[in-house]
Amino acid sequence: MAETVVTFRDLTKTFPGMEKPALAAVSGEIRTGLITGLVGPDGAGKTTLLRLIAGLMQPDSGDLATLGVDPLHEAATIRGQVGYMPQKFGLYEDLTVLENLNLQADLRDIIGQEREEAFERLLTFTDLKRFTGRFAGKLSGGMKQKLGLACTLLGKPSLLLLDEPGVGVDPISRRELWGMVEDLVRQGIAVVWSTAYLDEAELCGTTLVLSEGQLIASGTPREISSPLQGRCRQLRNPGHGKRSLLVHALNRPETTDGTIQGDSLRLTFQPDAQPFPPEDIGASPAAQWAEVTPRFEDAFIDLLGGGPPGESVLARHTREIPGQGDVVIEAHELTKRFGDFTATDHVSFEVQRGEIYGLLGPNGAGKSTTFKMMCGLLTPTSGSARVVGLDLRHSGTKARQRLGYMAQKFSLYGNLSVAQNLAFFAGVYGVRGRPGQKRIQELAEIFHLGPFLRAPTDSLSLGYKQRLALACAVLHEPDLLFLDEPTSGVDPVTRREFWTHINGLVSRGVTVMVTTHFMDEAEYCDRIGLVFRGQLIAAGTPDELKAGVATDTRPDPTMEDAFIELVTGKESP
Amino acid sequence: MSFFHRIHALIRKELQALLGDPSSRTLLFLPVIMQTLLFPFAATLDVENASLAIFNRDTGPESLELVQRFAASPAFSTVLSLNSEAEVETAIDTHHALLAVNIPADFSRKLARGEASPLQVVLDGRRSNGAQIALSYLQGITQEFTLDRLDAAGRTLPSTVVTRFRYNPNLNYRHFILPNLIAIITTIGALIVTALSVAREREQGTFDQLLVSPLTPEMIMIGKAVPAMIVGFFQATLILCAAVFIYHVPFRGNLLLLYAGMFLYSLSLVGVGLFISSLCSTQQQAFLGAFSFMMPAIMLSGFAAPVENMPRWLQIADMANPVRHFVEVVKGVFLKDTSFHHVLADVIPLIGIAFVTLSAASILFRQRST
Amino acid sequence: MKALSFRRLRALCWKETLQIFRDPSSNLIAFILPLAMMVIFGFGLNLDSSRLHLGLLNESPGTAAHGLAAAFVDSPSFDVEVFTDRNAMDQALTDSAIRGYVVIPADFDRLLVTAGNTAPLQVVADGSEPNTARFVDAYSNGIWNSWLVSYYEDRGLTLPEEVQVEPRYWFNPSTRSRNFLIPGSVTVIMTVVGALLTSLVVAREWERGTMEALLASPVTRSELLLSKIIPYYGLGMVSLLLCVSAARWMLGVPFRGSLPALLLVGSFFLLSVLGIGLLLSTVTRNQFNAAQAALNAAFLPATMLSGFIYEISSMPPLLRGITHLIPARYFVSSIQTLFLAGDLWNVLLPDLLFLMAASAFFLGLTARSTRRRMD
Repeated sequence: MAETVVTFRDLTKTFPGMEKPALAAVSGEIRTGLITGLVGPDGAGKTTLLRLIAGLMQPDSGDLATLGVDPLHEAATIRGQVGYMPQKFGLYEDLTVLENLNLQADLRDIIGQEREEAFERLLTFTDLKRFTGRFAGKLSGGMKQKLGLACTLLGKPSLLLLDEPGVGVDPISRRELWGMVEDLVRQGIAVVWSTAYLDEAELCGTTLVLSEGQLIASGTPREISSPLQGRCRQLRNPGHGKRSLLVHALNRPETTDGTIQGDSLRLTFQPDAQPFPPEDIGASPAAQWAEVTPRFEDAFIDLLGGGPPGESVLARHTREIPGQGDVVIEAHELTKRFGDFTATDHVSFEVQRGEIYGLLGPNGAGKSTTFKMMCGLLTPTSGSARVVGLDLRHSGTKARQRLGYMAQKFSLYGNLSVAQNLAFFAGVYGVRGRPGQKRIQELAEIFHLGPFLRAPTDSLSLGYKQRLALACAVLHEPDLLFLDEPTSGVDPVTRREFWTHINGLVSRGVTVMVTTHFMDEAEYCDRIGLVFRGQLIAAGTPDELKAGVATDTRPDPTMEDAFIELVTGKESP
Repeated sequence: MSFFHRIHALIRKELQALLGDPSSRTLLFLPVIMQTLLFPFAATLDVENASLAIFNRDTGPESLELVQRFAASPAFSTVLSLNSEAEVETAIDTHHALLAVNIPADFSRKLARGEASPLQVVLDGRRSNGAQIALSYLQGITQEFTLDRLDAAGRTLPSTVVTRFRYNPNLNYRHFILPNLIAIITTIGALIVTALSVAREREQGTFDQLLVSPLTPEMIMIGKAVPAMIVGFFQATLILCAAVFIYHVPFRGNLLLLYAGMFLYSLSLVGVGLFISSLCSTQQQAFLGAFSFMMPAIMLSGFAAPVENMPRWLQIADMANPVRHFVEVVKGVFLKDTSFHHVLADVIPLIGIAFVTLSAASILFRQRST
Repeated sequence: MKALSFRRLRALCWKETLQIFRDPSSNLIAFILPLAMMVIFGFGLNLDSSRLHLGLLNESPGTAAHGLAAAFVDSPSFDVEVFTDRNAMDQALTDSAIRGYVVIPADFDRLLVTAGNTAPLQVVADGSEPNTARFVDAYSNGIWNSWLVSYYEDRGLTLPEEVQVEPRYWFNPSTRSRNFLIPGSVTVIMTVVGALLTSLVVAREWERGTMEALLASPVTRSELLLSKIIPYYGLGMVSLLLCVSAARWMLGVPFRGSLPALLLVGSFFLLSVLGIGLLLSTVTRNQFNAAQAALNAAFLPATMLSGFIYEISSMPPLLRGITHLIPARYFVSSIQTLFLAGDLWNVLLPDLLFLMAASAFFLGLTARSTRRRMD
């Protein structure tokens, strides 16, 4: 029997110095018996809502009852019963696994026999028994997350609040954690799982969808995506030029949103609109429509008013780069050792001009290390990394002039204004004088940065920061783009826009190398390299990888299925 | 050409970041203002407003006159009149008096008889440096008293000592502290700016962004060094102006020589700063690193206590301390118009330090950059 | 729920202690820095000039002048370089090769024996180093004075009646500056350890997100605060004892007070600095800003305004007023007294009362700004 453990009505919270409220009159409830997904991009207000529920903050207005009491004024009564795992898991990285557990047990007055039993249960549950003497800081993301969960579960809480437990964790660990949490739900614990990943939201029992502090939808994922029923279609076998086909498709009035899925296109149509004949956008005669189940993300974008236009203005302002098909990025037996740990182990691959190459892999698998060697940030222990035929370590300046780079976390000068950032990168890449001015103006227009030119970069929303970062990376019209998890935490509409630009650039001949843990982003890639334990365990087009794991019971596997299948297959031979 | 354009872009960005951000602006200018206001007044080994206690057991005219002379002297702002040994003890114990004069009952009688008359002075050894200075003031008064008495009797001493203090006739401690301050401020400016700015870029992830750009590690180093030196020069010039125009310390030497020394000094500091920053990955570490270097370097620079008073081994070790050399240069040029030859003796070690730290920083920089 | 659970407090203190020993920057501040500072202050800070470089120019051929010159050359206070050229000697002064010089003029002997005349001994000292210049002056006067006495005695003359000042330095008869600088420097070291270290600790919990987890646990405010005070108090007291031991046995500064008095005064000084550090850490929630603020708010005043090197009485009234608000001032006074004079309770008690008030003030403010909330 499901019971309501948290109710809130018209919760509003504004932080000093912020124009918009972090939460604006949000109402809802949390019940036992299912996982409540708190869904939204970074800055949507998820953490604020969790903190309010946990009694860590005071709302400006609105009513809130956690476990039947005001969590702020009767904090003492709920402390033991609410388990809260903050974003970075709240672990002491310089304490060992056992020391962390002991501390939390002491803090919750769990002693003697009870403690031993709890440790036994939780360490078995999280499979951390072998690592009790290891420093928390030395654990992988997935293990940290499990330890964080174990600490939170020590007091046998009846309400569990998990703030983005999936960040920095690979799909396998995420799936394991999900299983554990479902276990807990069956035991009668109410769980809130906040996430920016919309595919995670899809698995939740019910969801609260936040955007810019507003609750834009709530209900089961099925309820939320049901308005899209019949509006999502896949165009299979569209033939060559999938990227320009997508542009054409999105230019049609019938469509509201669209992405690339391997070799296919996936489109969302206006309500009641009929699919257009594939030939109208120049697809091959073999192309055919197939109706697909709408996903959470489709619904989210629909709620936000549909995706961005399909054509990239940026691409129109980019020169055509000749030499389609030449090998421009080349890794040969690339190896990197840190002490006795081999982060990258004899990895070889080639990327051709005008291709998007994706590096995928669990956390700590070595994809970041490989990526950093490719763009010259790390020196390989052996093997070679060549870009446009040059070794970045030796002929740095010349080769680097031709590449653009976007780092994992937003890395521009936060205390400089937007214009100062653009001017700096223009200066560094020698884009100067009148053409430089013109280019900066152009980019400011393309990325809608005009109104913010004088604003400090730190004050921008994540979406605009991400736009600025891309603007800075392409300022000098590089023919190679290195993107390290470029869209983490960004809202789906901005991500669409981002990929529109990338697709546009690629069609002009720009080569892109990208690391990502978004499975749907992997679908944009022409080819994917799957890195696991430092080795390249699989490579191919997204469709090839998916087809490779197709079985009779699962004829149409997703990218995530392929990923998990390939990695676990490797793990337990 | 593109080399200079890229460096220019780097320097402009660095200055924008330094001056555009309120907290780094505070970090740059608050110490300058605080120290120009605080140091000249607070940092003094001089003794002013000392309090003198007098326990006079003598009723003779000589002792009364001497007491009056003590009371009238500007050296002692407070003169306590005490009535017992116990009171003397308490006054000294409780810091109420820095020194106490004990005038024996037969003081006047002995003087009248033409004998030497002892005057016991008790001083607070917990402040022995100040006490010694106060004692010299007191001795000046008693000496004058003796000479006046001889003069009145139509006699003279066969010999006297005539002391003059060159470069600073009144031994004004501010004349000493302000040139020192120029060196200290340049240290904080140049060192903190370089050490922190690289660490900040590492912390915020922008350093990778620089490394994948066409900039070479050398260009990045120059781009970090020049703004720091500009800041250091600017701060030093501020203090120099304050010293000359507000505190009226006479500038006797060659301005060009001073700035040439400052250039080499800031170069060696930038080397230290870059060296620290190439070892640190966060601003907090860099800050602690800079502090751990700066605190001993400044303490051993000759600003708090003369280098020549240190034990020999420490003086030798101190040769590696850039602050010590620059303090010497500023003091020499500013106050004494010291010769180029002498400046050279401190400039050569500075060049050496700059060379070592810059090359070490550049090697580490390259290693950590790739 | 109890406001204070011994088990929770013990667990938090243990965690804090482990972190101190495992964090490199805590290690640096807690162990390496105090040791380095003790050596630097112990050997580097010496205001007693000995064997000063002095120039000597004797222009008089007479025997009296010769005797006076010899008195200078033989003096242990000076390292005398004899010049024959005044310009060269001036240059040496300008170039800091000598800290001063004495000139015995050509007619010195003649004036000495001519009744009604006075033979001047010229002393020129380098005023750009005021403290050293005073020593040049004082030492020269001393040498001249004893020369004059022996000059009288050699000729069977009686000294003119004069006031003979007989100085007695209580607590520090040898007037070693080290004896008062070292105890003072203990104050500076304690300030660095106490304020700088604690300025990082609360901010670190905020930065690493562990504070959020703590706040969501049953930990109470007083446990949180006490767990930040107790380990650092212990650490601070250990470094106090280490510093005092080093001062006593390595640097030979006499310690005349009692251990209980030291522990008592030291405790409250430490608590007041811990209070400053914790307050800054709690308010800024940022390690970098807190460390910077701690340096400006604690270290700078402790060096400049505590009377540790510089005479407070020589400062202008406004600054003197400000020094009364600085805990370090009271501890400098107490610890100098404890080292050199002993347990003088009429000094220690007022200091102690102030330090207690300061501890209560800063820790109280910290407690007030410690919230069990995130906003």
